[in-house]
Amino acid sequence: MSQSTIPEPKLTREAELREAFWAQVKHIPRGDKINDCIQCGTCTGACPVSYMMDVTPRQIVALFRAGHLQEILESRSIWICASCYSCRVHCPQGILVTDMMYALKRLAIEKKIYPKSFPVYALSEAFINNVYHYGRNFEMGLAIRYFLKADPAKLMANAAFGLDMMKRGRIAITPTKIKKVDQVRAIIDKARELEGL
Amino acid sequence: MEYAYYPGCSLETTGKPYDVSVRAIFKELGVGLREIEDWNCCGATMYMSVNKTVGYAVAARNLALAQDMGCDICAPCSSCYTILRKVNRHLEWDTASKAKINEALAAGGLNYTKPVEIRHPLDILVNFVKIENIIKAAKFTFNGLKIAPYYGCQVVRPVYHFDDMDEPQTMDRLFEALGGEAVDYPDKVRCCGGMLMTTFEDVALRLNNELLCHAEEAGADVIATACPLCQMNLESYQQRINAKFSTNHKMPILYFSQLIGLALGIPPEKLDIPKMMIPLGDTKLLPAIARKAV
Repeated sequence: MSQSTIPEPKLTREAELREAFWAQVKHIPRGDKINDCIQCGTCTGACPVSYMMDVTPRQIVALFRAGHLQEILESRSIWICASCYSCRVHCPQGILVTDMMYALKRLAIEKKIYPKSFPVYALSEAFINNVYHYGRNFEMGLAIRYFLKADPAKLMANAAFGLDMMKRGRIAITPTKIKKVDQVRAIIDKARELEGL
Repeated sequence: MEYAYYPGCSLETTGKPYDVSVRAIFKELGVGLREIEDWNCCGATMYMSVNKTVGYAVAARNLALAQDMGCDICAPCSSCYTILRKVNRHLEWDTASKAKINEALAAGGLNYTKPVEIRHPLDILVNFVKIENIIKAAKFTFNGLKIAPYYGCQVVRPVYHFDDMDEPQTMDRLFEALGGEAVDYPDKVRCCGGMLMTTFEDVALRLNNELLCHAEEAGADVIATACPLCQMNLESYQQRINAKFSTNHKMPILYFSQLIGLALGIPPEKLDIPKMMIPLGDTKLLPAIARKAV
């Protein structure tokens, strides 16, 4: 029968993932508006990077409805979203598409559904480490840590670029540590505790 | 007129020329900037991708520090600007989250109870300093220089604040008032890819190539930006874009504040113009700027 060509959702984790997804969405104003999607595709049309995505924003909602959340989390699309909010301001249904993408990123990180040393996650991890240690972002340290983990060959490729920026006084070779970094750490520790992390 | 200044991490390094030029033009125009003492990173888009409450608590420390300064915040980096505003909106909307964030702040001996308004320098220049006063203070005119005003994403989105989300005009009006021609730039609010230059370079190079091509098609002599990430992506990767797409881009990318500074008669070195990567000597930019007829 033709119906058998429709792939079965990976039901094993789907229920667990959906529950976690709705928990994330609860913290978005009018998060449940995702149910109002009319599949018009305005989000995909407004997105500057949709043509380079494996699954477009409109398809993400369709896949979610069809019970394929795991496929969404495995896609490169949610990580290609650069958070420009074009989809969100143009959606005729007022769905906060960009915040839905953020919720999917957080869900992927929470459930560890991404290839090992996955680019964006590695960058986020290095970034939040910087904030914890210095209170500020340290761009050069961030780039080195990230490329070592994700793509060591790129480290060399970007060295010349870094030198050029340094010559112009536009890259710091040492991090700036704020005075009350302990205060920032206390706030982060407490917030993590309240989030059950 | 005074603002609590939140430069953000990029303005200390790659975006230093933005910091230097904003301070210079505000000083020239008599607008005070008092830096928020011991500010920390806003968390950017990165923290939002990991944990929202923790990310917002990190950003909220800055708001807590600014609340007693008695003035609005000025945040030039559009990422910081958007994150700080987002935190304010979120705290208003989600009272449970607000309680959690204040509990986290309390662990550091702080609280955030008096919401502070966050403004972008473009908003301050056009709506508070006012264009007519900038014209009065100007010593030079752009003399028909063709400027592509590039706003990027996060100055105008996700929520309307001071300019239109699809067709913003603040920069256009500033440049036109100072004798420049703001070209019709269809990509003015299109994304530069932001951090994608690090994580998905192929995607970001393509995006930035399109932004450069369209500015050239519109006849622009220079692209003006309002964000340190846009500026770096558009300027620093032109060589790589030229190698990859067989293009011949040599487009100067300046901060709007550097251009305004030139019109105000501030010397280029005081606007960090020598630190830019595309030399202006062989472009039409510097020769175009002429002393204003009195």
